[in-house]
Amino acid sequence: MSGYTDEFKKLIKKVEATRAERIEIARKGEHFPALTMDERKRWLDDYHPDYKPDGRRKVLVGPNKGDILPEEVAAVLESKSRLDIKTVNLDNADYETDVLVIGGGGAGTAAALAASNEGQKVILSTKLRHGDSNTVMAEGGIQCADQEADSPYFHYLDVIGGGHFSNSPELVAAMTNDAPLIIHWLEEMGMMLDKLPDGRMKVRHGGGTSRKRMHSAGDMTGAEIMRVVRDESLNRQDSIKVLEFSPAVELLTDKAGTVVGAVLYNLETKEYYVVKAKSVIMATGGFGRLHIQGFPTTNHYGATADGIVMAYRAGVKLQDLDSTQYHPTGAIFPEQNVGLLITEKVRGLGAQLLNIEGEQFCFPLEPRDIESSCIIRECLDKQLGIPTPTGRYGVWLDSPMIDILHGEGTVRKELPAKYIQFKRYDIDISKVPMLVYPTLHYQNGGLAIDDSASTGVKGLFAAGEVSGGVHGRNRLMGNSLLDILVFGRRAGLNAAKAAKKTKKFGVPTLNHIDKVHKELKKAGVKNPMTGPTLLPDYAPEHVQLRRW
Amino acid sequence: MAKTTAKPKVTPKAKVRAKANTKVKVAKKTAKKLIKSVASGDTTIPPKDAKMIPIYIMGKEYEVPETLTVMKAIEYSGYQYTRGCGCRGGICGACATFYRFVGDYKLRAGLACQTVVAEGMIIVQVPFFPANRSVYDIADIDGEPHEELRRLYPEVFKCVGCGTCTRTCPMDIDVMDYIALMKRGDLKGAAHKSFDCVMCGLCTSRCPAQISQFTAAMFVRRLYGKHILPKAEHLEARFKEVSEGKYNKILKKLTKTSQKDVQKLYVEREREPDMAKPGEWMPKDKRQL
Repeated sequence: MSGYTDEFKKLIKKVEATRAERIEIARKGEHFPALTMDERKRWLDDYHPDYKPDGRRKVLVGPNKGDILPEEVAAVLESKSRLDIKTVNLDNADYETDVLVIGGGGAGTAAALAASNEGQKVILSTKLRHGDSNTVMAEGGIQCADQEADSPYFHYLDVIGGGHFSNSPELVAAMTNDAPLIIHWLEEMGMMLDKLPDGRMKVRHGGGTSRKRMHSAGDMTGAEIMRVVRDESLNRQDSIKVLEFSPAVELLTDKAGTVVGAVLYNLETKEYYVVKAKSVIMATGGFGRLHIQGFPTTNHYGATADGIVMAYRAGVKLQDLDSTQYHPTGAIFPEQNVGLLITEKVRGLGAQLLNIEGEQFCFPLEPRDIESSCIIRECLDKQLGIPTPTGRYGVWLDSPMIDILHGEGTVRKELPAKYIQFKRYDIDISKVPMLVYPTLHYQNGGLAIDDSASTGVKGLFAAGEVSGGVHGRNRLMGNSLLDILVFGRRAGLNAAKAAKKTKKFGVPTLNHIDKVHKELKKAGVKNPMTGPTLLPDYAPEHVQLRRW
Repeated sequence: MAKTTAKPKVTPKAKVRAKANTKVKVAKKTAKKLIKSVASGDTTIPPKDAKMIPIYIMGKEYEVPETLTVMKAIEYSGYQYTRGCGCRGGICGACATFYRFVGDYKLRAGLACQTVVAEGMIIVQVPFFPANRSVYDIADIDGEPHEELRRLYPEVFKCVGCGTCTRTCPMDIDVMDYIALMKRGDLKGAAHKSFDCVMCGLCTSRCPAQISQFTAAMFVRRLYGKHILPKAEHLEARFKEVSEGKYNKILKKLTKTSQKDVQKLYVEREREPDMAKPGEWMPKDKRQL
């Protein structure tokens, strides 16, 4: 444990002093009392960053004009196109395809596979490499009610309760109903799901679950899912064509406003490609890299809300986009790991959250926004956080409890990636606790869809983090990997059906962009930024100042 | 991150609340000060006393604060990534990197997002590396799995046992060992040993026998998951029930139930005990199963 300073070592003694008693209580199946519904509401109002007026404003244009959204989101929604409509030539298509999937993460790839199953030709365009996504980073698991004591009914209640009853009921029903189909599909493709020797799925609790239904593949569940679905798509080269480093920058619409394709941008040669498609699926993921309220994020490099911007311009309505999930346990020490996600599985396995006195202050498996509020409250209000040498504050996540509860070696076996990431800085998380604080994790809202993954704008479907409504204003762990695959497949299937009914390609225009530019002018938006963002720029000030 | 100190002493709750947006944190005991972190997203703001060290990005010298990762050091120097950057959390394999130290013969490898810079590091990232990959249908594996591996990836059996792959792997996987297990036909062992692979391709870039270890391992893991791991019977049963529409009505009814009533059902639901054995615990109310 040489990775910890002497000051930390002293504080860890306090954690160790209370551990034996905490273990004894945990073994009896007792836990710190969860908050009541009334307390939940108060904790959110008082401590959650989403519930504050600062850093938010009215968006001035588009289908959600007048809604209050985070400043960073409002700015991209009021951006202008990077295309100069007058010089764009849409006469000749560079590609023609039945289904165009925009985004190469879990949702996009599942959609491509589903459309391919329907015998449709698919082009999958992605900004970075195929698989660069938040999917690969999802560690803890995927929920599915497949045990005897469980059913989609209880899964439904957990999801909608976790979302504070703000979710779209039909989407929750679709997701919880399809879950067993999805896990079955993954098993059929040869995913290495964690199982007992007789084949029974290993399952555990997650925050806000009433049944143990969290399925996993080590602590790399998302990475394993992505590897498998990507590998499967590579086996379908006759029907799925992947264009990497070629993000879509604009949708194409016909005279009636139906989506009939997209303009892609080759990041390396700086060319634009025109793609005509019979249906289009938006699966570009979330907005973590817009750094809402300046928070660091757990998200991958490409999470810049591109799909939100493109679809909004084409007329798709947004839902709950003012709602951001702060994951309760982001690493806060060492500095190199700051913002790094510490999977909820750690708490699912029994690790507790403790303050500077080594005492519990909350039930470790509250829904995420509640848990985050509890941690912020403990640090800000009760002043019982642990200070780090770089001026941050956090609380202990007592990971050594896991080996004590479940046997020596469990941490290494169940959390191999986390173990390595801390071991690198001389911290053995099976022996000493981690320091954590909430970090920007997930875009709760997004494009409004129905249970067929349709956006309401003809020709355009959406799936995954880019869409909203499934999780309402708060998502439970293990429902995002499920969401992307359920709605990815539904989008792929329904886009394929729609494509089959479409005889001819539409005549593409950028009329909707012309309208957007006029509306920006009319609304008095001065110096709009150019969107979508595509790539974040992390050059420090001294470099930016020299870019004359 | 830089920090500024605000008012000392415990602040009234309302004030703390108002500042919570900008991540104010209150110190404990001796400090008793409000500390406001600069909200900078991922842009590095080094502490004032940070030691600056020279590194060589593709041979070009830059001064960067020590303790940054290679990825953040490259961005600190003013580069904007297109290739070579993905999850930034050590799991996607986009940022495979080779480096040497000035005056040291030894070639080292790592992930740019996980490797900490050090003085005199000469760095190049690998934007892409070609790998051999066979096309197959996982559902349609006729022969014995080991034979199938030999058919699709014959080069695996030509491993010369030099161990360069193992020494190169940024995930500390014993690559040579899982290749040996594959040769021996221990596909379960190979699947588990290769499980942490992020498919960055560093092993493949160094292999004198020209094996694409990570694609062969991907195939073996799927073979194992599909054809060797026992199937989950309870999943098969639930799959059938869902396919037959067993839950359509129950769920439909829930979507039509008033929020107040759903809230009541939510609060009243039983929670499966943490230490319950899988498949053994049953709820008192079995009507909705």
